[in-house]
Amino acid sequence: MMYYSRLKTAAVIAVCFVGLLLCVPNFASLPGGFWRQIHLGLDLRGGSYLLMRVDLQTLARERLDSLTDTVRQALLHDGLGYRNLRTDVAANAVTFTPRSPDEHDRDISVLRALPGAGPNELTVSDLPDGRIALTLSAASLRNRARDAVSQSIEIVRRRIDATGAVDPSITRQGDDRIVVELPGVSDPDHVKRLLGTTAKMTFHLVAQGVSTDHPAPPGVDILPMQNDPKALIAVQHHVDVDGADLTNARAGQDSQTGQWAVDFTLDSLGTRQFAEITRANLGKPFAIVLDNKVITAPVIQGVIPSGSGQITGNFDAQKATDLALLLRAGALPAPLTVIEQRAIGPSLGADSIRAGAISLGIGFLLVVAFMGLFYGLFGWYANLALLANLVLMVAVLSLFQATLTLPGMAGMLLTLGMAVDANILINERIREEVKRGRTALGAMQAGFERATSTIVDSNATALLAHVMLFVFGTGPVRGFALTITIGIVTTLFTTLLLSRLLMVRWYALRRPTLLPV
Amino acid sequence: MFRRPIARFVPDGTRISFMRGRWLGLATSAVLSLLSIGLFFYPGLSLGLDFRGGIVVEARTQGPADFGRIRAALAAQHVTEAGLQRFGGPDDVLIRLDAPAGKDAGSEAATQALVERVRTAVSQAQPGTQVLRADAVGASVSSELFRNGLLALGISLLMILGYIWFRFEWEFAVSAVLTLVLDLTKTIGFLAVTRFEFDLVMVAAILTILGYSTNDKVVVYDRVRENLRKYRSMPLRELIDLSINETLNRTLGTSSTVFLAALPLALFGGATLSGFAWVMLFGIVVGTSSSIFIAAPILLLLGEKRLRRDAQSAAPVRARPAGN
Repeated sequence: MMYYSRLKTAAVIAVCFVGLLLCVPNFASLPGGFWRQIHLGLDLRGGSYLLMRVDLQTLARERLDSLTDTVRQALLHDGLGYRNLRTDVAANAVTFTPRSPDEHDRDISVLRALPGAGPNELTVSDLPDGRIALTLSAASLRNRARDAVSQSIEIVRRRIDATGAVDPSITRQGDDRIVVELPGVSDPDHVKRLLGTTAKMTFHLVAQGVSTDHPAPPGVDILPMQNDPKALIAVQHHVDVDGADLTNARAGQDSQTGQWAVDFTLDSLGTRQFAEITRANLGKPFAIVLDNKVITAPVIQGVIPSGSGQITGNFDAQKATDLALLLRAGALPAPLTVIEQRAIGPSLGADSIRAGAISLGIGFLLVVAFMGLFYGLFGWYANLALLANLVLMVAVLSLFQATLTLPGMAGMLLTLGMAVDANILINERIREEVKRGRTALGAMQAGFERATSTIVDSNATALLAHVMLFVFGTGPVRGFALTITIGIVTTLFTTLLLSRLLMVRWYALRRPTLLPV
Repeated sequence: MFRRPIARFVPDGTRISFMRGRWLGLATSAVLSLLSIGLFFYPGLSLGLDFRGGIVVEARTQGPADFGRIRAALAAQHVTEAGLQRFGGPDDVLIRLDAPAGKDAGSEAATQALVERVRTAVSQAQPGTQVLRADAVGASVSSELFRNGLLALGISLLMILGYIWFRFEWEFAVSAVLTLVLDLTKTIGFLAVTRFEFDLVMVAAILTILGYSTNDKVVVYDRVRENLRKYRSMPLRELIDLSINETLNRTLGTSSTVFLAALPLALFGGATLSGFAWVMLFGIVVGTSSSIFIAAPILLLLGEKRLRRDAQSAAPVRARPAGN
């Protein structure tokens, strides 16, 4: 306990020195590319935090809707009839009653021949009441959901990058959530609007001669106009050209009218479809639908073979730019809902840093004064170790590029308060051993030995509590738990190794008969 | 000042008979905890945004905040049920809203739309107003955060129980956790009285208090265990008193340093952290005194027959050697 090999001494000092070096990049830039810094949390630098949920229910419903469409077309194609064709969302199935029992077997074989998205995606079964059910497997829905979340993250990233946000962080949380952190963006309204738009653009033929006052006949949807939600228009459910086939979209002003518009270009598949549709339906209105709202429904004036077109719809510059951005980034596979938002302005962040720094400074000084007053020389050694502790905490946080939050600063402060506990334990123990009549050497030796098990026990319980906090906590609480957890580890190092080293060196140099306790 | 210590809490050889006042300590603690439980039901905790859901917008106006104009601007945005509150200086205003009720109840989108309306209203009410913070938490998130907070509390209590059980005897673990539960109820009572908002940061404060309080008890227990081996025939009551006295300087010293570290945070930490820090300070005082006046008496009650059952027959004490 009283002997430090040269190697051990050198190692302890080296760790402190490396720690000091690792702290420097937080205050001054160093040459070389590998230096790392602590990140300031959003609460300190200002910014926005958005927690979003991917609407997986809608995703499942849409898959079932499109499956219903497929079933209808497959049956019609083979001249088979059906009644009560409907989607059963609860059972993940499409069900219908055959026109007559004779057609039952042919219905089944048509359904069996349907291509699924993967093996075993679809099962065909007879229901007790004579209906036939085409069921989507749970596994395929799960896969679809997982893919949808990954794809959503990708699209969210593209959309946010397009807004020019600096250093955004987009991460998955749990099964169906996405966390977006935008440093420096204190008003997330624009981003929220961009992310809240699915941007699913499709081209449909307008169902002519269908009244919008009555419920829609099968295969027709009655949709509102985007500019005037009260104006309704009936369009064919069938998608003639999908906006996912876009290769480019940009906002611009129409050369003749000066109105803002979005110019788009389709890929080869889209171009071919677009040419065919325009050729076959000259003079008929063609609706451009964005997220179930009709932007515009112009009459087809001529064949469009080039695959490029223009969308006009009373846009202003901002709306046209946003729409172009959304179309370029692609449609979200499912709607996103913001379920939690935290936005912090830059001035509040600066206030918090100041408050945190002042508290940290004063707290440090108070603890240092206390230790000096109550424990004399060994107290000052403890203070040196405390300073090293602070340095090492900052070093470890920098090394992990951890995020420092306001609660994190509180955690550092509390660590400083708790860190000297180990020194107090050792000093009190040494003092007791001296009173029992041990020599200076014996007292120090016994003090270190006996106090160590207590120190380990007490720190282990604290560590347990904070690891729990880190695992179950969210947001700011995690930052707090992280700094305290790191603090406990650095405390064990500075008290069990560094401050003991100082005391042992002092003893070796002075060989005192009386200890300053 | 640089060589010898110049201050000390209690002189060496202090022998205060804490266990004589054990019933008084336990009774006081029980009364306080019962009162706190009463306060928990009425008036109850003031739940923060994290757990209640809804909206909080903090704004700094140029010149003193004019609540009348802000209310009018909010009304123009069809926001009528907002609570306005001064926050820090005269130009800081805090606007609170519950999650929308009625037809929009539980709708996350409605909550999110509302926050934009509040933001607009506040910036229009007085020119030059800065929105410092705008938070909106949907109902599903708040209930989940609440569940996670309670889960973290419960699990850490269990882990502390397990750890002390493993390192000491079960009497130590049970008395520690009982004491922690008493500490916890008092902290809840403190929150109810002071009306500090109970949110995730407060859960962090409470967990830290539990960690600190456990740490404090472990040090006393560690000494009790050591003395159990050292003084084989000493009655448990005297032995616990001796152990508390021997560790008294340390107990007071460490609680002072933690207190001193947290004090600036309470005084200068700003509105966000001062509530947290005051709860910490309260917890440090409660946690320190409960080590002496609650945990030790409970240990005495639980262990009087068991931990010392061998003392009469002068047989070796059955203490686990894990601490060596």
